[in-house]
Amino acid sequence: MSTKTEHQAQPGPEPLDVHDPRLSRFDIVREGARRDDIEIVHYEEQVAPGSKAERRLTRTVALFFLLTGLAATAFLVIYIWWPWKYDAGSGGDNLYTPLLGVTLGVALLAVGFGILTWGKKLLPKEVSIQDRHENDPTSAESRKITGETMLFLADEMGVKRRPLLGISLLAGLAPVGAVAAAPLVGGLISDPHKNNQMFTTGFAPAEGGQKIRLVREDGRPIRPADISVGGQLTVFPGIEHGVSNKHADSPTLLIHLRESDAVTSREANQRVGHANYMWGNYVAFSKICTHAGCPASLYEQQTNRLLCPCHQSQFLITDNAKPIFGPASRRLPQLPIEVDAEGFFVASSDYTETVGPDFWERP
Amino acid sequence: MKRRKLDMASVPGKAAVGVDERFQVSTPLRKLLNKVFPDHWSFLLGEIALFSFVVLLLTGVFLTFFYEPAMTEVVYNGSYAPLRGTPMSAAYASSLDISFDVRGGLIMRQMHHWSALLFMAAIVVHMLRVFFTGAFRKPRETNWIIGSLLFWVGFLAGFTGYSLPDDGLSGTGLRIASAIMLSIPVIGSWVTSSVFGGEFPGEIIISRFFIAHVLLVPGLLVALISAHLGLVFKQKHTQWPGPGRTNDNVVGERMFPRYALKQGGFFMVVFGVIALMGGLFQINPIWYFGPYEAWVVSAASQPDWYVMFLDGSTRLMPAWEINIPIGDGYVIPPLFWPTVVLPGILVGLSTLYPFVEARRLKDTRSHNLLQRPRDVPERTAIGAMAVSFYLVLTLSGANDVIADKFQISLNAMTWAGRIGLLLVPPIAYYLTYRICLGLQQHDREVLAHGVETGIIRRLPDGRFEEIHQPLTAVGEDGHGELGYVGWVVPKKMNRLGALGPAIRGFFYPIEKPAEAPVSPGHPPVEPRQEREEIGSGEPRR
Repeated sequence: MSTKTEHQAQPGPEPLDVHDPRLSRFDIVREGARRDDIEIVHYEEQVAPGSKAERRLTRTVALFFLLTGLAATAFLVIYIWWPWKYDAGSGGDNLYTPLLGVTLGVALLAVGFGILTWGKKLLPKEVSIQDRHENDPTSAESRKITGETMLFLADEMGVKRRPLLGISLLAGLAPVGAVAAAPLVGGLISDPHKNNQMFTTGFAPAEGGQKIRLVREDGRPIRPADISVGGQLTVFPGIEHGVSNKHADSPTLLIHLRESDAVTSREANQRVGHANYMWGNYVAFSKICTHAGCPASLYEQQTNRLLCPCHQSQFLITDNAKPIFGPASRRLPQLPIEVDAEGFFVASSDYTETVGPDFWERP
Repeated sequence: MKRRKLDMASVPGKAAVGVDERFQVSTPLRKLLNKVFPDHWSFLLGEIALFSFVVLLLTGVFLTFFYEPAMTEVVYNGSYAPLRGTPMSAAYASSLDISFDVRGGLIMRQMHHWSALLFMAAIVVHMLRVFFTGAFRKPRETNWIIGSLLFWVGFLAGFTGYSLPDDGLSGTGLRIASAIMLSIPVIGSWVTSSVFGGEFPGEIIISRFFIAHVLLVPGLLVALISAHLGLVFKQKHTQWPGPGRTNDNVVGERMFPRYALKQGGFFMVVFGVIALMGGLFQINPIWYFGPYEAWVVSAASQPDWYVMFLDGSTRLMPAWEINIPIGDGYVIPPLFWPTVVLPGILVGLSTLYPFVEARRLKDTRSHNLLQRPRDVPERTAIGAMAVSFYLVLTLSGANDVIADKFQISLNAMTWAGRIGLLLVPPIAYYLTYRICLGLQQHDREVLAHGVETGIIRRLPDGRFEEIHQPLTAVGEDGHGELGYVGWVVPKKMNRLGALGPAIRGFFYPIEKPAEAPVSPGHPPVEPRQEREEIGSGEPRR
């Protein structure tokens, strides 16, 4: 093994003549590094040229590269000829993505390991030292010159002598900046109080005072007998697009309480002035959590608690859906309901409290 | 007439001369080829982030060819039978098509998602490395700030990205994001309405998130990453203390060829691992979640891991609503504190930390040598405090799943998180501080007394003592004079060469094994001396 380690304390003060034919290529490389303030202090072949170890490592690297070619070819073959169309069941298409992943992964890993082996095992090891030049004595001088140049520049511009120029330029440019921002802000801005949209839902009575029916997800109206005791149903306003994200605030939970719970619930209603909000033993609350707007959809029949699965706020249905645990701070709004002449549930009016997550100007 | 012969061997050289005559690149090129980089495994963590980002760009471009950023309602008619005939947004339908009807689309989508998770994970681990080793100190404060901004911009890229499929889960995330914007005092409703183009969900948010996700945020990321790397290059990398290493030099390898080869190989390995994950491990199976419907959610709705700490803080926040009784009354909802104020504080604390520490220690010098975490107990303990704070929040982000799997009360999990958030960080601080001091003390002990050999000796008076191998010549009191230089102190005999070098070769040795060295603790074993048998005197039968 050839080892080139030099412990020269001082690199030769005289730069080498790189045209000297006696110099080896490495000598010139070392001289070049020296001119960049880098001293190659240790340079050692890891494997002797022509040795058994070198041949073995070369074979290993070559094997990795060939494996890459093989895996990449396999990827292409699978990509083109493997059945890929999705089909329910346990067909070969289930393996399509895993096979692509394995072949691509193996191809990339093999080329990676090949390059790493090449770099780490076959190339000579070296230790080089480079100066950082942070405390260069010339830097203070250089700083001084640059500073003076910049101050001179300011003098040339004459900003100090002619302050009006600077002031008027600033005054002129400020509105230009605003001009750049105006179309963006102006185009994006949208009044949150347009049509009173934050305070109304799809249950607001139609023009002419027509009360809105409560409907199921498929649009059919609901009779009281459709919900068994203790049961609950998600209901929507029976209007166009009522069952869609266009009325994301409207989904409501209609619950048929047990007799004893209904009594408790009715008393609680009366305490907050919601005397006629229930119909019989039926009660309806907004499904949109007052915390972050997720649907509070897990109803625990035994305890009459409603749980929001996003942040675990819990609401007690029999106490006006008051929040009893978790981060929600406001009760779920209650929808006043009644049954119309045809025997279907309708909303007596829109929600009387704001539905959905809280915000600054909520009354 | 003489025909000039073309000398093929001289062509590259001549071409190089020609290029240099025109562009004068040879000196800067040589400086680049010769630049010295220090080497340590912990310096590769940031590279994982960089390489994942490259994979993100590659796979992301593929996805844009097939994704349709529109919320117009369509009826799904693709290959996935369970959803056929379902009305959904065009965005969700095209995401399903990428998964089922674009050849190789699913692996691209999964690789994109996995590399996003890896990107954020690598950023966090890299940030911890930089913090705990003091690499953020002067002159590198700017790069620390750029790095912490990269986390938040990456966060934004991730959030806008996983909202794009418009499935049930991502829609729930968007709903929560809108509630977070709503909770900002005074301007909340205006911000939300402007971002969503009206009331949630509106019809434009997906197209806006799309352009943010494919142009604005990646553009910002590219700019910040370029600045980050440019500064590393300009300021030169930090290095660990060690022989010949000072604050004013860089000891390592020149960039070409070995260092560059290792980097290239490492990129391929990262890329390969992402490909394996993308092919083998399912992620975000959007077809199970269905289209987003405002009234549908399931339990265990968790965001990507790097968002979970904010989900956790939201869950732990008590229901403290602030009412301001002026006019009709105004509200600051409890959601505001854990989702807007907390991240704001975290950004401020992390970016300002280098200046706080420098001011506290009255330290204005430049530092290019790294510190071992044990040597700076206070900083290490503060870091441990931050990590434990983050972990409590992240675990709380999954507290419903933990409660379900381990049969714990959900409310108990919330309370454990609330109390844990206050108690665990100070405990972590104290323990880490003590561990650092203990490790420091042990380093000094080994330097003074030597390495434990594991050999117990019995003294003539019956006492037992362990033989120590001193690291240097010892004085009369048996103590060495070695000082601590901020680098690893050998603590095992193998580190001192007690174990011979490994014999190379896999099945058979490819080199002649060296003579097995003799452990300094053991004298060479000699065959047992034949002793005369002690018998009874009677001849044996």
